[in-house]
Amino acid sequence: MPFASSEPTGGRDSAPVAIKILIAGGFGVGKTTLVGSVSEVRPLRTEETLSEPSSAFDDLDGLESKSTTTVAMDFGRITISDDLVVYLFGTPGQKRFWFMWDELAFGALGAVVMADTRRLADSFPSIDYFERNGMPFVVAVNCFDDARRYPLLTTRSALNLTPDVPLLLCDARKRESSRDVLVALVEHAADRLSAPRVTSSR
Amino acid sequence: MSTSRNARRAGRRARDAGPVVRPYALTAGRTRPSGPAIDLVALVCALGSEPGSEFELEHEHRRLLQLCQRPVSVADLAATLDLPLGVIRILVADLRERGYVRVKAPSSIGLNDMRILKEVADALRKL
Repeated sequence: MPFASSEPTGGRDSAPVAIKILIAGGFGVGKTTLVGSVSEVRPLRTEETLSEPSSAFDDLDGLESKSTTTVAMDFGRITISDDLVVYLFGTPGQKRFWFMWDELAFGALGAVVMADTRRLADSFPSIDYFERNGMPFVVAVNCFDDARRYPLLTTRSALNLTPDVPLLLCDARKRESSRDVLVALVEHAADRLSAPRVTSSR
Repeated sequence: MSTSRNARRAGRRARDAGPVVRPYALTAGRTRPSGPAIDLVALVCALGSEPGSEFELEHEHRRLLQLCQRPVSVADLAATLDLPLGVIRILVADLRERGYVRVKAPSSIGLNDMRILKEVADALRKL
């Protein structure tokens, strides 16, 4: 059963470098839309299931089922080259699924936290999370048609963002705008690599 | 209602009762994969050995094997097979344990390599 441990180097079978980017933010903020705007594949949903042990019920046909919560995560892909692929993962919006975030965040380059000016507080859990775990992240305010436009400075202070966190406006429906958000994140991650990080105590 | 309609309804309910009930039947109730942890973007690749009779492959194991003749990520497998990630991990771990696939963890090179980040940013700008 044991197989040779050496991996083929070069050529089509060598593993491309995978860059994972998380798309976070509250429920309905536009994560699926943003992923869809830039992904080369239609956003695929993967699911984690959590069974809730307290409620088992009998089906009419005599099948027992537990009530389940499926946590859907959108995922998209952008192939840069044979050797480089970007994966986008939409994190589950609800705070109660936080335990999954650690797993999603492991090895990720950084995150885009999306925000909706009508429900800014929905982004706080994501912002808190990435501030605490130290990952590079940007905040993108999705411009919904009926949401008021505020000056960025107002939004920045409403979100209580530290000055080092890039804040930008976007329209998740548009590829160019969504792409710009991703570029901003990658550049921010690169900047953090090249400059020593000053952590502010909060 | 005719009995065949009942049977079809039962079949539908069984499918609808998944994703937990049915896929975890595949894993015989296991919720933890064996072996090293499997990242979402780890690449799975079939090693080309034919399934032997000593290990009965479930339908989903075989489908998974078919899908990873060329390296494919765990997330892609979950989405294509429409199975929860947890189940995919267990199936992949089964196949890995028995030598049918190898799993290559993502390298963390990209996170700390300015050249790669620049390449990604440049490519994204052209999207």
